[in-house]
Amino acid sequence: MSSQRKRSTGEPARRKLGVLVNPVAGMGGRVGLKGTDGAEVTREALRLGAEPESPRRAFEALRVLAPMKDEIDVISFPGEMGEDILRDAGFLPKVIGTIRPGQTSSADTERAAKEMVKLGVDLLLFAGGDGTARDIYRVVGRDVTVLGVPAGVKMHSAVFAITPRVAGDVTMRFLRSPAGDTTEGEVMDIDEVSFRKGFLNARLYGYLRVPRESQHLQSAKSGGTRTEKQVVQGIATELFRTMDKACLYIFGPGTTTRDILAQLHLEKTLLGVDVVVGGRVVARDVNEKQLGLLMGRDKPAKIIVTPIGGQGYIFGRGNQQLSGKIVGRVGKDNIIVVASKEKLASLNGRPLLVDTGDALVDRSLEGYVRVIVGFGEYVMCKVES
Amino acid sequence: MPRDPDTLLRKFHEARWDEQIIFEMSVPGERGILVNEADPKVRKAVGNAASSIPNGLRRKSAPKLPEVNQMRVLRHFMHLSQETMGTDVTIDISQGTCTMKYSPKVQEHMAGRHPGIREIHPLQPAETVQGLLEIIYSLEKFLKEISGMDRFSFQPAGGAQAAYTASSIVRAYHASRKDLERTETITTMFSHPCDAAGPSTAGFNVITIMPDKDGYADIDAFKAALSKRTAAIFITNPEDTGIYNPRIDEFVKAAHDVGALCYYDQANANGMLGITRARDAGFDLCHFNLHKTFSVPHGSMGGAVGALGCAGYLAKYLPVPQVKYDKKKGYYYDYGTKDSIGKVRSFMGNTQSLVKSYSWIMQHGAEGLHETAVCSVLNNNYMMKLLSEVPGVTIHYAPGKRRLEQVRYTWEQLKKDTGVGTEDVMRRMADFGLQHYWTSHHPWVLPEPFTLEPCESYSKDDIDEYVAVLRQISKEAYENPEFVKNSPYNQVVHRVPNPSINEPERIAVTWRQYLKKGLDKKSSSKLQSKRVHS
Ligand SMILES: Cc1ncc(COP(=O)(O)O)c(C=O)c1O
Repeated sequence: MSSQRKRSTGEPARRKLGVLVNPVAGMGGRVGLKGTDGAEVTREALRLGAEPESPRRAFEALRVLAPMKDEIDVISFPGEMGEDILRDAGFLPKVIGTIRPGQTSSADTERAAKEMVKLGVDLLLFAGGDGTARDIYRVVGRDVTVLGVPAGVKMHSAVFAITPRVAGDVTMRFLRSPAGDTTEGEVMDIDEVSFRKGFLNARLYGYLRVPRESQHLQSAKSGGTRTEKQVVQGIATELFRTMDKACLYIFGPGTTTRDILAQLHLEKTLLGVDVVVGGRVVARDVNEKQLGLLMGRDKPAKIIVTPIGGQGYIFGRGNQQLSGKIVGRVGKDNIIVVASKEKLASLNGRPLLVDTGDALVDRSLEGYVRVIVGFGEYVMCKVES
Repeated sequence: MPRDPDTLLRKFHEARWDEQIIFEMSVPGERGILVNEADPKVRKAVGNAASSIPNGLRRKSAPKLPEVNQMRVLRHFMHLSQETMGTDVTIDISQGTCTMKYSPKVQEHMAGRHPGIREIHPLQPAETVQGLLEIIYSLEKFLKEISGMDRFSFQPAGGAQAAYTASSIVRAYHASRKDLERTETITTMFSHPCDAAGPSTAGFNVITIMPDKDGYADIDAFKAALSKRTAAIFITNPEDTGIYNPRIDEFVKAAHDVGALCYYDQANANGMLGITRARDAGFDLCHFNLHKTFSVPHGSMGGAVGALGCAGYLAKYLPVPQVKYDKKKGYYYDYGTKDSIGKVRSFMGNTQSLVKSYSWIMQHGAEGLHETAVCSVLNNNYMMKLLSEVPGVTIHYAPGKRRLEQVRYTWEQLKKDTGVGTEDVMRRMADFGLQHYWTSHHPWVLPEPFTLEPCESYSKDDIDEYVAVLRQISKEAYENPEFVKNSPYNQVVHRVPNPSINEPERIAVTWRQYLKKGLDKKSSSKLQSKRVHS
């Protein structure tokens, strides 16, 4: 063992960390607004006496990170967008860009993210909520690894650590490991305008690359567990051995369903609902109406879905195309749920949820479902609406 | 310096020898023993000894063994042994679910030195090994009494193999009834993973039941999973959480109602010896890990045994041979019926371990076994009480309920409060001379878990010291999280970065692999120069 230590390759190159604070994130929560997307709402929140949450939370994360301040290069935007809080936490950031203090907007978030990617950051640590994640996603896609310090009102996306401290901890581990292990996390957001009117409309916008440890409750080091790829191979093999040539297979969005179809060398849209018949994709990214047409009057059809986002929704978040009407037609017995055991465990004992918009259909789905978790492996999961 | 009498903490530092791999210590020509040339007369009588070995079995080149003298070999392995933290060195409450108890040395002595055990060969005729066969026969009798089952097989060399063997029996049983639709088994999330893996290896599909909000296997989910496709259920009780499921008979009844068999994984039966019996709860099969409950050491001193028991109507499927007794013949090997699933291990399995368990049961007697259960449950609940008062520790499920022989704790709160997680605490423990603890099977259902099992062997003082260490680390975490995260400090290896362990191209478990992957070339020059010194 001692010799192993000696043999480790020399010091890794200095890693670069980008820090981005959305200074208005989280303000809407305490004053009863559903978020702060848009300048007007932000002003409204300030008028109602909201205080910025995100700098405080970013500080908590950075404090955990402070012991490694001499090992890494830190880059940030000026003032309230990162510089201030970094200095408070003892860092000497390289400051880039310019802002108009007190008047930052999502355009600044986008600019900052883009600049940092250009400078080659190894990790982009941001403090914000779903809206911030969306802004970042829009400009960086999956080009860089990011991690969210939870600081927003809405946090449906699977790109946040569970607490700011854990965000700091994950960041440290990620930067200290020579080849940090990453996975893809959903970027979801609800439409604030309709939500303030009492109607929840959650959309899946895309996937950001995140450190693997941030998502699962267990750390990635645990040797002996299967890799994500092996899990998907197992699930796919189990699914394929039951597939029927004449049946319409409706695949919901997500990385799991995408990776399953990749096993058949089929390309699936990441965010859309695609239809497979006889081993071929016959329609991509269909909406409810197109699905109805494809299903005809009585074509046998099955839906394959995976929980989207951290809450465990299998219908009604990020896959609204699979409406109550469609799901009702397909029927409970023809709904196949797929997920890794790790994902199910991360639900912390909570049931799978359905919200198709049709209460009757939702109720018909309640009870237990056998989720495919591997080759010949199932987990019984409770479904609630 | 003695352990601090007030804090119960030790100033420990592990031995550090900076030891090379034995292959690296090799000096060409160095030998352990130089054997004298044989007497010319002897040589003449024997002729060319090598010629008696068939050509195909003769090696063309000498084996690439390290060339090291005997004294250095001894020192090498002594050094390595001082850099480990086994049961005989530390308070080994750490390995929850492993039932790490004291293995009285007398039984090691019996198994290792008694000529009637040491000097016999498995191919000897039964008449010449009557003593060993009597031990096996008697041990079976004891386990039958302890479990209520009708027959046992000692062939499976571990709990997981017992689960696999049982799965094969389940398959044979249903096949004999022409009931060929039974392709599924059911297990629970907190059961040992072998209760899924065994049946899966035998070709079954496996359905896992999640815990309900009280931590018990969700009985409604279980009932929803049962069908005429269910071949058997494989469950542990108490599960890893240490919570005894009082509705276990309902599970058994529901399974029997659909025609399925029931397998009780009793690898760790420490909490129920002499208290409940698998057969009385309705189970058709069960197994005990002799290397847990029945005192055979775990790991390299061990030789594991998953003693597999079953009800009479399944006995004909058990592996062969079985040891039987006849007044005239004495003890003999019974190769049984055509229904046997066959062998799962050569000869009689790990028979030395059977001697140890036999000896352990004889030392305890029926009352002693019962007392084992009582003490281990008492120890566990005492420890749980102490730990429930340590900041940062959470005990999930069934608040206020006692546990049996082990508890799944979590540092979830500590992690939220300080950023220090279970793996950080685990590393720091070694600084106080305690072995790292076991966390949980994967995936972790409860975040930041650790699982402790203070068997009957541990005294109150042992438990107090163990808890004192965890209390100290919790305190350190709240005061200076970074300090705990950077631990250990008093160990041979400061901290092995995890990713390098996980890099397949850098893992080498044999010297040959090490050379093949070119890892020797990547080694530092320091190592090279060291070799010259020695
Ligand atoms: C409850 C339970 N069942 C089965 C096993 C498997 O036993 P083995 O490791 O001997 O295969 C274990 C071992 O950890 C266990 O704790």
